Amino acid sequence: MRDVAVLGIGQTPVAEHWDSSLRDLAYRALQAALDDARVPVPQMLFVGNMLSGALASQENVGALIADYAGLRGMEAFKIEAACASGAAAARMAWMAVAGGLCDIAVALGVEKMTDGKAEQATAALAYAADAEYEGEHGLSFVALNALMMQRYMHEYGYRHSDFAGFAINSHANATTNPNAMFPSAITAEQFERARPVAAPITLLDSSGIGDGAAAAVFVPLDLATRSPHPVVRVLASASATDTVALHDRRDPLFLEAAHVSAQRAYAMSGTTAEDMDFFELHDAFTIMSALSLEASGYAPRGHGVGMAIDGEITRQGRLPICTLGGLKARGHPVGATGVYQIVEAVQQLRGEAGPNQLAGARLGMAQNIGGSGANVITHILERRN
Amino acid sequence: MSGPSQWRRRQQRLSLTGEICPQCSARLFPPRDVCPHCGGPARIPYALGGRGTVYSFSRIMSAPEGYEAGAPYYVALVALDEGPLVTAQLTDVDPEAVSIGMPVEMVTRLMKRDGDRGLIDYSFKFRPVLERMAG
Repeated sequence: MRDVAVLGIGQTPVAEHWDSSLRDLAYRALQAALDDARVPVPQMLFVGNMLSGALASQENVGALIADYAGLRGMEAFKIEAACASGAAAARMAWMAVAGGLCDIAVALGVEKMTDGKAEQATAALAYAADAEYEGEHGLSFVALNALMMQRYMHEYGYRHSDFAGFAINSHANATTNPNAMFPSAITAEQFERARPVAAPITLLDSSGIGDGAAAAVFVPLDLATRSPHPVVRVLASASATDTVALHDRRDPLFLEAAHVSAQRAYAMSGTTAEDMDFFELHDAFTIMSALSLEASGYAPRGHGVGMAIDGEITRQGRLPICTLGGLKARGHPVGATGVYQIVEAVQQLRGEAGPNQLAGARLGMAQNIGGSGANVITHILERRN
Repeated sequence: MSGPSQWRRRQQRLSLTGEICPQCSARLFPPRDVCPHCGGPARIPYALGGRGTVYSFSRIMSAPEGYEAGAPYYVALVALDEGPLVTAQLTDVDPEAVSIGMPVEMVTRLMKRDGDRGLIDYSFKFRPVLERMAG
């Protein structure tokens, strides 16, 4: 297996891009990443996307984007793993290069969610759940997270307001990210007053859906040493699954797939949770942040929320998370999110995160969660020089 | 859900029929071909009693397309007396009284209509356990 580096990154802002279609957004991010990497023609393209069929009546997006980008003829597929589609595409690109099948592979995450009604998007997002035994009973994707949050508060004795720190941190970090959808700070009072979506989850527990695309160029490490950028190496790429339906889990409050994929990533890279300088986690909902921190070894069970209460997750804290706004405030263009996380981790490790830059960041982790925890992909990245 | 899908799963949707694993005796719902507890084949039908308690719940304000008419409504994870958790809507509930641990029982109710001429979809929901009438 070859060592792999991320040579180039590109992204569009996450927004309601009424003037851009799926292919426009994809092309902009792809071209930005190729320009950044200073390579003209990639050999393989893996497109992370969840909802092009449901919301844009478009499948076959691998070929569509390759053609639209002037790269007709190249190998290109769509990769789908619900909300983890982006990291799944990144993992495929990593596998292609690590396995020696090609020297330049691009992972491109893209999602176009705002062409239709909000109820259509809500229904389509529920495709990530078990259609026959969850979706059919009228459960939205938010509701599944609400079931976890309600039980978590009951078992560990937390109030809703205890989760505020996650949303406040993500919004604070988004204020200085030009690509963020919600670059506005929020207060604990606003968090408490927010409108319920699926109680106990409110609008300010929830990430915002939007349109966006992000891309990362993967090459062999030895090819990256000629790059003008600081070299960012992929130390680990690991993935695991759990039951799709929440009711089938041994313990609905433990993200077993997150635990397994994180442990595999630590073993592969010879690192531990304590070594990470930051963690781009999947804060689709505040409860997911708590469960991800616990499953990945940063907090004992029932103590993930404590890290937000104690301020350990801010840029000045023990483990900065969602350093450029996370899903909550950068925005969550579902199938693109996993690539945004990797792009942002590369920004931090290169020293290109602007006002959000963490001093001396050398090791970072990104974790993308599909469904209510059914498909979890963890990457660990390291700055080489 | 399509007509064939509703018909195919009528025993699950109308009478909460799951399975019992012949190796480890785990009661399973919904049915599946492989027991998740011991890994053996699981194909013996088993009628669940339909009684349980609320493990967790949520009140849905923003409903998915097709379910807007019923909103807001309660959904829950119900821990059945035989072991499995099941996802369902709660019905006939006093909004002030829904709580974790509340005893509930399965009932057959309207899920949704597909316009004036489409299928009418019935499935299971759970309501608070009714006290038996004296005499």
